[in-house]
Amino acid sequence: MTALAAPPAADLGPDRPPGRPVRRTRPARLVLHAFLCVVALGWLAPVLLAVYASLRPYQETAKDGYFSLPRHLSLDYYRQAFTQSGMSRNFVNSMIIAVPGVVITLLLASFVAFAVARVRVRGGLVLLIMFTAGNLLPPQVLVTPLYVMFNHIALPYELSDSQVLYDSYLGVIAVQVAFQLGFCVFVLTNFMRALPEEIVEAAIVDGAGVWTQYWRITLPLCRPALAALATLEFTWMYNDFLWALVLINDPEKLPVTSALNNLRGQFFTDYNLLAAGSVLVALPTVVIFFVLQRHFIAGLTLGSSKG
Amino acid sequence: MSDTTRRTAADPAATPQPGPAAGPAAAVADPAPAVLPDRPARTARRRPRLRRLSRRDLLVLGLLLGIPVLLDLALVWGPALASVGLSFTSWDGIGAIHGVGGRNYVDVTTNYPPFWPAVRHNLVWLGFLALVATPLGLFFAVLLDRGIRFSRFYQSALYLPVVLSLAVIGFIAQLIFSRDQGALNSLLGRTQDPVDWIGDPSINLWAVLLLAGWRHTGYVMILYLAGLKSVDPSLKEAAAIDGANEAQAFFRVVLPTLRPVNIIVGVITVIEALRAFDIVYAVNHGRNGLELLSVLVTDNIIGEASRIGFGSAVAVLLLVVSIGCIIGYLAQELREDRYGTRARRRTRPRKAPRGDRP
Repeated sequence: MTALAAPPAADLGPDRPPGRPVRRTRPARLVLHAFLCVVALGWLAPVLLAVYASLRPYQETAKDGYFSLPRHLSLDYYRQAFTQSGMSRNFVNSMIIAVPGVVITLLLASFVAFAVARVRVRGGLVLLIMFTAGNLLPPQVLVTPLYVMFNHIALPYELSDSQVLYDSYLGVIAVQVAFQLGFCVFVLTNFMRALPEEIVEAAIVDGAGVWTQYWRITLPLCRPALAALATLEFTWMYNDFLWALVLINDPEKLPVTSALNNLRGQFFTDYNLLAAGSVLVALPTVVIFFVLQRHFIAGLTLGSSKG
Repeated sequence: MSDTTRRTAADPAATPQPGPAAGPAAAVADPAPAVLPDRPARTARRRPRLRRLSRRDLLVLGLLLGIPVLLDLALVWGPALASVGLSFTSWDGIGAIHGVGGRNYVDVTTNYPPFWPAVRHNLVWLGFLALVATPLGLFFAVLLDRGIRFSRFYQSALYLPVVLSLAVIGFIAQLIFSRDQGALNSLLGRTQDPVDWIGDPSINLWAVLLLAGWRHTGYVMILYLAGLKSVDPSLKEAAAIDGANEAQAFFRVVLPTLRPVNIIVGVITVIEALRAFDIVYAVNHGRNGLELLSVLVTDNIIGEASRIGFGSAVAVLLLVVSIGCIIGYLAQELREDRYGTRARRRTRPRKAPRGDRP
């Protein structure tokens, strides 16, 4: 609860807390800036390299290496990655999995958090432990039984053309939701505990039922936490690699991260094409990160600053 | 906050009432006393008002708590337990299930060549994240916390790798480390006598670790940066007045107040090391020097062999280690919950500078 109550956690801007004396002398500051600049550029280098490589034809980089001045710059590889490998299909798949995944996770998690933090159902602590600990398990521990189980759960053709839960979007979404619930329940419970209770009390006096207290009163107050979690969870579900790898068989249904492998040739791999594919895959999360940076960081720190 | 006042005000009315919220969660409530021995007194205090839940309220609670709980049990805890059960069988996924006792465990540890290398690689992974990447993240956080200009830029740059998919990072690894065209070899000027950073099993783990650490550092940096922002600056001033230099003030005063963040970072570091999978899988499917426990698990089920019992045994070993870590973490969390964070914050810093004096 500590940093939940303290708004600076959400805002990591350059503004210093008041009352801290400035003691650094100028030259020391310059050294610090020089050091941080080198570090920052070093940190960006792999990504910049991938972008640069993706813009140049293979023949050129094969001859001159990656650190050379460009003779041709083009977006050809992006077109190729997008059209030839059918990546657009995989992008759609990623959305089919991640968007409902995030929405359902947040809905369910926020209700569990509400029941634990506000209704204070008996055994709330046990629930909290169950969800949080579940999220910390290595996914590989669950993979084998899930694989077997999903192969035995029959579904009508309308829901899954494989007629079992294996190799269907539904299965991957369900696993993503179940696994990510833990983190969201944990964060939202802490957040809701820090909310003023008087508002809900007033609603109870007015005769509001549990659903109204949750949906109309508590959830709107949780908007900052929900925004932060949505950003974070979308990135995680989009970036997921393992679940789809194990639970989906049909290459047509793979999300875009797992489909990146398709760009690798059987005998010859054009690394510049792979670089273009990687940049395309990374683009949505990077854009989200820059646009919603505040939410993104708030989400992570909400999870860590537990009280 | 007004927590205490509200409690005392509402207490007399509420205490005689037995816990009225007999939600559907009551079914899972049984083990609670074992976890929290002082629970009855606590609930009475914690549940200040009479709650009469209507039939409709109970239905809503039952439904909306039931679904996530069932989902979590069926898709997380059920499979985790099933892994334990299957690890004592020789099942291949199709035929009948035969129990074989502990044979899988014996086989895994004595008769499965990639096992010990995988354990070693996971330990090296953990060591690298814990001893290199994590301190580096803390170091950058401290530098950025000084409120210098452009810190937003530095922060974003350091943080960028965290939003990348590990699969993408695996491909970036190939761009940098590949033998014939990799950026690193041309940077080092070794195009005539290239080093095979990915193919050579004695060095490829380190090449991959460099990128795993690249990502982990940014993650740790953000967590500590948020923690540092919430540290009361007067603590440092008090330490300075007491004659502590900057390093002393940091290690003896600031770092101890960051205990909740330290715990989280510790947990994340261990868990990430145990979960490590995507990067090596994207690089070379976790072979030839890049074996990890997680890879061995998946290899045994999606590989042609489909040795489910055997793969489960490896998974259970992974499970045991992580459960140990999770229990340690939760015990910490619960203890903090009980003593309250504020009390800790008040006493800790005062003690630290005092002990600091020579």
